[in-house]
Amino acid sequence: MRITCPLCGPRDRREFYYYGTDDYLNRPVADAAPAAWDDYLHNRDNPAGVTRDLWYHDMGCTSWLAVTRNTVTHAILKVEAVAPVKGATQ
Amino acid sequence: MRIEGKGHIDRSKPLRFRFDGVEYTGFTGDTLASALLANGVKLVGRSFKYHRPRGLLTAGSEEPNGMVEVVDGNHHTPNVRATVQELYDGLTARSQNRFPSLKFDVLGVNDLLSPFLSAGFYYKTFTWPRAFWEKLYEPVIRRAAGLGTLVAQHDEAAYEKAFAFCDLLVIGSGPAGLMAALTAARAGADVILAEEDARLGGRLLSDGGQVGGQASVDWVAEVLAELKALPNVRIMPRTTVTGVYDDGTYSALERVGLHLAPRTDLPRECFWRIVAKRSVLAAGALERPVVFPGNDRPGIMLASALRAYLNRWGVVPGKRITFIANNDGAREVARQIMAAGVKVAAILDTRENASAVEDCPVYLGARITGTKGRLGLTSIEVAHKGGKLTIETDCLAMSGGWNPTVHITCHLNGRPIWRDDIAGFVPAANAVPGLIPAGACAGDFSTAAALANGAAAAAESLSALGIIAATPDLPSAENAPYVIEAFWQTPGAEGRQWLDFANDVTTKDVALSAQENFRSVEHMKRYTTQGMAPDQGKNSNVAALAVLADVTGRAIPETGTTTFRPPFVPTSIGAMGAGGKAQGFAPQRFLTSDQASRDRGAPMIEAGLWYRPSYFPKPGEKTWQESCNREVRMVRTAVGVADVSTLGKIDIQGKDAARFLDFVYTNTFSTLPAGKVRYGLMLREDGMVLDDGTTARLGEHHYLMTTTTAAAGLVMRHLDFVHQAFCADWDVRFISVTEAWAQFAIAGPRARALLATMLDRTPDLPFMGVTDVTLGSVKARLFRISFSGEEGYEIAVPTRYGEALFRDLLARAETLGGGPYGMEALNVLRIEKGFITHAEIHGRVTAYDIGMEKMVSAKKDCIGKAAAARPGLVGDERQQLVGLRAQAPITAGAHLFRAGDRVHRETDQGYVTSVGWSDTLNCWLALAFLEKGRARHGETIRLIDHLRDIDVICEVADPVFFDKEGAKLRA
Repeated sequence: MRITCPLCGPRDRREFYYYGTDDYLNRPVADAAPAAWDDYLHNRDNPAGVTRDLWYHDMGCTSWLAVTRNTVTHAILKVEAVAPVKGATQ
Repeated sequence: MRIEGKGHIDRSKPLRFRFDGVEYTGFTGDTLASALLANGVKLVGRSFKYHRPRGLLTAGSEEPNGMVEVVDGNHHTPNVRATVQELYDGLTARSQNRFPSLKFDVLGVNDLLSPFLSAGFYYKTFTWPRAFWEKLYEPVIRRAAGLGTLVAQHDEAAYEKAFAFCDLLVIGSGPAGLMAALTAARAGADVILAEEDARLGGRLLSDGGQVGGQASVDWVAEVLAELKALPNVRIMPRTTVTGVYDDGTYSALERVGLHLAPRTDLPRECFWRIVAKRSVLAAGALERPVVFPGNDRPGIMLASALRAYLNRWGVVPGKRITFIANNDGAREVARQIMAAGVKVAAILDTRENASAVEDCPVYLGARITGTKGRLGLTSIEVAHKGGKLTIETDCLAMSGGWNPTVHITCHLNGRPIWRDDIAGFVPAANAVPGLIPAGACAGDFSTAAALANGAAAAAESLSALGIIAATPDLPSAENAPYVIEAFWQTPGAEGRQWLDFANDVTTKDVALSAQENFRSVEHMKRYTTQGMAPDQGKNSNVAALAVLADVTGRAIPETGTTTFRPPFVPTSIGAMGAGGKAQGFAPQRFLTSDQASRDRGAPMIEAGLWYRPSYFPKPGEKTWQESCNREVRMVRTAVGVADVSTLGKIDIQGKDAARFLDFVYTNTFSTLPAGKVRYGLMLREDGMVLDDGTTARLGEHHYLMTTTTAAAGLVMRHLDFVHQAFCADWDVRFISVTEAWAQFAIAGPRARALLATMLDRTPDLPFMGVTDVTLGSVKARLFRISFSGEEGYEIAVPTRYGEALFRDLLARAETLGGGPYGMEALNVLRIEKGFITHAEIHGRVTAYDIGMEKMVSAKKDCIGKAAAARPGLVGDERQQLVGLRAQAPITAGAHLFRAGDRVHRETDQGYVTSVGWSDTLNCWLALAFLEKGRARHGETIRLIDHLRDIDVICEVADPVFFDKEGAKLRA
């Protein structure tokens, strides 16, 4: 498996650390209802198909990346940096 | 026997080799298989289950019978295929699975018992009593059934792994592969041409035909010369592509030193990961045996193998050859055999309507109903449409048609497609993204088609990469149509018809499987073990499937196929794990003080990837405990020095640095004055404690964070995530400086006195202060922090000064009655003070559990705050950090129970995380988590460790055992 890092280019998956769903990007406000925090922390879809998850380019530029991929075909459809990258075309 | 003038071997370079103790001679260019056949050796092994005498079936890596042990001194490599092993001078090999000898094998008796040993026999027979399995049945069966033996020593040979990248990977170098490589190479693409064989050319080396009006081998030489001259082509002989993985990643196994006499300067094998933008699969096709009674005797081989032995190695393994075939292809082999001056006894064509015109007898509608010859074929019984006859023959060549080598196209879940016209499976379209099958592996069997396909596949692959490739002129070549009539087994014949030679599976076994309702092909495979041998069913899958289809009354496509998985050929674990043995298993991180510590005899222990001194033994000390006690005493009464550089150090800068720290720590750092240090607690978003450590404010917008050794990487990743995901617009940047600084703890009542001897001024640093100091001309940082409970400092210098400073600190400490202390003492010191490590904050404890709930600031949000406040994560019903005192040895990992309670899971009150003998307090101390523990100080509790037979009554206490007020700390 290879991931095309927006900063470093196509790299072997061994350079990356897998975190989990991109739900982690949508942090509830501090005083949100417990249900919102429950969803944020625990409730996950397990799609057969397109999913978007977070990878950390541990052995590279240390960017956190949102990777859109298909769990059935293993195709990687899109890789974006979680933080806006200066000068990058997204 | 050798045929003069035939073969691409170097007859001027004879090679001596031994097989089963007998010395033979072969030539440079031989495989062990061709050299054995040239010497008249037909019997090469005993079969897996019935110990039947077996000879070579093939001339390639799919060989099911010719597996031998290659001996190298006291070591040997089992299950080496003689057809793959190149001959070298002095090669020593022996046959497998026989006792006492290949010609007389005691367990050949299994063959006589075969009516009782059919598929499923073991499952049905050895069912009781249960205890007999492990002790009796399994060892006996294992000994009887098996192939090579293991050496039972470590494999000390060298292996390598390597990575390669290319625009186009061409797998196989037959006509399709060569043409693909040539087309791409001329267009300027980066090409890797991987060939399993030692020589490139594939079937052109062994077909004895012509390409472009010249001998095939000469055309191959011409193409190779051109490819070798191009800088954008990498040719990899002896390299088998073994697997396909996502995104154009291919695994390949290269035989680096296996074709040479063992030598120490070469690895045996190299495991490659090749990343290819596109690939052309030109893996060819494998011929199928014909299934008839007694089709496994030595001397019975594939027609393609016979052709290869004749044309490539100049060997014909018989004097009267017979052919049996269901297609036209074998006819050409028969003609070549006759042209070489060897007698062809007959051609048996299973088809009723085929040409009977050859320079030898041809029998149509032929069946073989039996064979004779115990250690080698002597005769066959034939029925044909004109009658019956016996043919004296010592070599029978079979062609049951061809199976395209589709294997790796199935590695990403692709299912091959059945084609009736060729009675075989071909790869499904786009089975592997970016891979185009060409030539025989795509079901186009003629040489002309392979050449054309190869060129077209390369051009199409490159066009997807935006490279325009001109198709080279295609040379003229053999273009015969492939005419076949499926023939899967010999109907109505008596005797066993072998499907899987390697695992001794017959047509009867497949029928039995279906009869017992294992009708799915995957079930049949597991019931009969067909396809589960080292050849992975390459010689038997399609025929076994056809037999299963027949007995279950289904068509072949409906019956399906089994799954082809990597690797394509047996791959040694040594190659896949190259470099990962012993110290290669994980990186090693060494402190700057490493040598100085070892010089003092300190045993080093692993702390993550780091190596840290356990203790520093003094003369006369017999146990680590004695040394540890002395070191603890030394720190408590004089001064000790310890290397603490393994702690993670993260330099944080920017206008929003303070704000950022307030967000990731539960407590507040924006209020910390410059020049001060604060202890901080970090949570995960789910409310559990992530890490703790001290962070110093070096300037208005400059902090230095310290993490624990264990969580240094974890915290860095966490900070990166929080920053990039939630506050990327904040003005804050950070970087790990762990390896930039060597840092030493100086602890004890004489710590200040020690520093006074080396600094230009006596440090007047308050507890939790930080300041820049100068050591000679070196700028250093001095922190006043303590992990021992004593007046403590940590001094940090750029790493290159670490060793010098450590040795200097030890020398100064020793003049003050102090010295170095190791991890054992460090651990006791911190337990006495109730300081936590990751033994306590192990991922399931909250700030509340460790008594730090007041550190979660009410005035601001922070990571983990919301979740930490959830019901269930706070409250007295949780297990809380306590100290334990005991008068007998206790252990970490022990569990706690009320005295008098029955000891079982439901009455479990908690568990012990850290333990140490405190010489200071003259008792055993522990940190533990205990239900409602904070309210139970003074109670007693029963500590039980069943693994170590420990059952001790302990006193529950405050986790801070020593100097509760911190007077020493602040002195």
